[in-house]
Amino acid sequence: MKELSNGQSIALADIPFYTYSAFTDAIITAVAKGRRINAFFGMPQGNAVEVFVILSDDDRGRLFVGRSVLEGDSFPSITSQCPQMHLFERELAEQFGLKAEGHPWFKPVRYTPSFTGKDAWDRPKGEPILPAVGDFYKVEGEQIHEVAVGPVHAGVIEPGHFRFQCYGEEVYHLEIALGFQHRGVERALIGGPNQRTIHYMETLAGDTTVGHTTSYSQIIEALTDQEASPRAQALRGIALELERLANHIGDMGALSGDVGFLPTMSFCGRIRGEVLNMTALLCGNRFGRGLITPRGTGFDMDADRTAELLKRLAINERDALDAINLLWDNQSVMARFEDTGPLQQEQARDLGIVGPAARATGLVRDVRFTHPAGIYRFAQIPVATYSSGDVFARAYVRFMEIQRSFAFIRDQVQNLPGHIDEPAVAGKAGPASGKAQLPSLKPKQLAAALNEGWRGEICHVAITDDTGHFARYKVVDPSFHNWTALAMVLRNQEISDFPLCNKSFNLSYCGHDL
Amino acid sequence: MLKELATRLKQGHRTISFPKGNPPPLPDRLRGLPQIDWTRCDKNCSACAAVCPVSAIDPEQHRIDLGACLFCTDCTEACPTGAITFTQDYRLAVRHRKDLVLDEKQKELELAEALDKKMKQLFGRSLKLRQVSAGGCNACEADVNVLTTIGWDLGRFGINYVASPRHADGIIVTGPISKNMELALKKTYDAVPEPKIVIAVGSCPITGGPYRHHPEVVGSLDSIVPVDLYIPGCPPHPLTILDGLLRLLGRIEKQR
Repeated sequence: MKELSNGQSIALADIPFYTYSAFTDAIITAVAKGRRINAFFGMPQGNAVEVFVILSDDDRGRLFVGRSVLEGDSFPSITSQCPQMHLFERELAEQFGLKAEGHPWFKPVRYTPSFTGKDAWDRPKGEPILPAVGDFYKVEGEQIHEVAVGPVHAGVIEPGHFRFQCYGEEVYHLEIALGFQHRGVERALIGGPNQRTIHYMETLAGDTTVGHTTSYSQIIEALTDQEASPRAQALRGIALELERLANHIGDMGALSGDVGFLPTMSFCGRIRGEVLNMTALLCGNRFGRGLITPRGTGFDMDADRTAELLKRLAINERDALDAINLLWDNQSVMARFEDTGPLQQEQARDLGIVGPAARATGLVRDVRFTHPAGIYRFAQIPVATYSSGDVFARAYVRFMEIQRSFAFIRDQVQNLPGHIDEPAVAGKAGPASGKAQLPSLKPKQLAAALNEGWRGEICHVAITDDTGHFARYKVVDPSFHNWTALAMVLRNQEISDFPLCNKSFNLSYCGHDL
Repeated sequence: MLKELATRLKQGHRTISFPKGNPPPLPDRLRGLPQIDWTRCDKNCSACAAVCPVSAIDPEQHRIDLGACLFCTDCTEACPTGAITFTQDYRLAVRHRKDLVLDEKQKELELAEALDKKMKQLFGRSLKLRQVSAGGCNACEADVNVLTTIGWDLGRFGINYVASPRHADGIIVTGPISKNMELALKKTYDAVPEPKIVIAVGSCPITGGPYRHHPEVVGSLDSIVPVDLYIPGCPPHPLTILDGLLRLLGRIEKQR
């Protein structure tokens, strides 16, 4: 396979072609050696489908890309040999109407028509595809009962459907059916970039606006041979860590709420808002809309803003740590966190789990460390890991990351490259700002960008056609990898622990459903 | 226990005094109500329309649709005469879809009026809402949710989000109504007892937001159910949402 690094683009012609069996053999061998599947996706090629894979070697910080072609209406599944493939194969099948032969659990991912008009499940054309309708995994027996929850949940939360097989209070199996949030992003990205592209990126997962727009910017920069200024790279890092802080602190509050410990819940709910306000101090929007743009950032820092940000950082750090530290001393909280929803390291490795959920099993998986890009090439953040894999571990990893993000932001704000009152930032010029300034992308290229969002690895891959437009733009949100982990940890847990387990992963529905 | 109490003291009382007192400070870069000086606009120039991601602005008709606007300021940067500015005005909520369209005749936003007497009697001091996300990106959801935290304390107005539509007086909807959520949304609406209120938060349920005209989304809540309050933005600031809710309940004087 062809080797490349994070944020690099290569000529399509340099990517080796395999027969499909050699292609899947190469994937199985690579994964057996410890490589991870970052992305696996198809692209229409006449009547056939060209299939690409991006694999990463975390020890060496390298990516590998290979491709193959599928003709006909089906492909042989390798999920039983390589569980990481399970959802990627279902997605490929759904998007291109190809049957995954031998897939152990062959169902749609997002319940939407394919790009090609073909249908992998031979559903009649023209009839609406209903989400989460179909067979679910069933446990049988006299005292087994089924619990169905969603799509509309009790809280202020996105929609998804959860089907539990229970024996008494104990969950034997949980199946998660998503797709309710599907709004056709990947289909709409083809032919871009255009004036809407950056807005799709900002709303792929609205709580990860900075993460996704940063990956997109890396892609555009790779495809135009440009780089953002060091100052812009530092600002992006500050914004990404603020996003991590806001969400991690919010999660700590939500976790305490789910075990009925109200002080930390109330404090953290407020502090999360204060962190969002720090992002708004940078760009006027609490989620970082308009902040990250290809070739730079949309807004710069000035002396007053720097002073204000440092002041607020100190206050919020003190308040957040005070609030969170209450948890570790409280026995009733610890009794609920410890040993609840444990994920084994082996499961995490087999399923390709990313982010805090993977680090909570002791795996060193953090793009900022293994495949650093942007500011993370110069400023390292220690990887936070824990070994027990339970709700406590996922909470504690967040707690450690909160402290490290505060330290990182403070350090970066104090040492911003470039003169403080001198705009060193490229401004909003980029594909975001209209046709006039749309840069021409290099034709017939593939670019891949990884980024460590607060939920874990965000992977974007773009392929350009011979006119320099997107022939395909693949988005892999960390949630795409991690939803399966939530289903796995629920086995043999009390069904009443579902909200707590769910919160400890806090996955994105819209990032998965695209 | 002592540690919890000490932390409680340190964290202090944090609820804002709005609407009695002043609104909390807003970021100086906030993009609120846009203001367009059409006298500076050249009818033959369409730079703003060319860059607008969602066709919210029509320079020929001198019209902007705040129900579509993403408040992204791409038009501000494209405009050669600097005719477009985004002000700090956070008040954006209206009662009717047409009120979100500003042109030379309708220059000011017709801010939301209170419910009629009977509805206000029913809901003025107690409004229970079921939130439905239908393709939302979790930004509007987050800022709807943040109002329940101690900083905003929505409960002090008698407004709460409840777990079931059967317990609710209305629904508060976010997202462009993905086709996959259309049925669930209708069923949720139907499950709310009459009389009921429907609130649309964000540009998505008003016009589809960034997903406008996608075949995968419905794109307008009012094509499915009648809407009582429109709160535009991408996402609207929590203060914009709170302001809208309070106006609907008649807790903020009309022109304040």
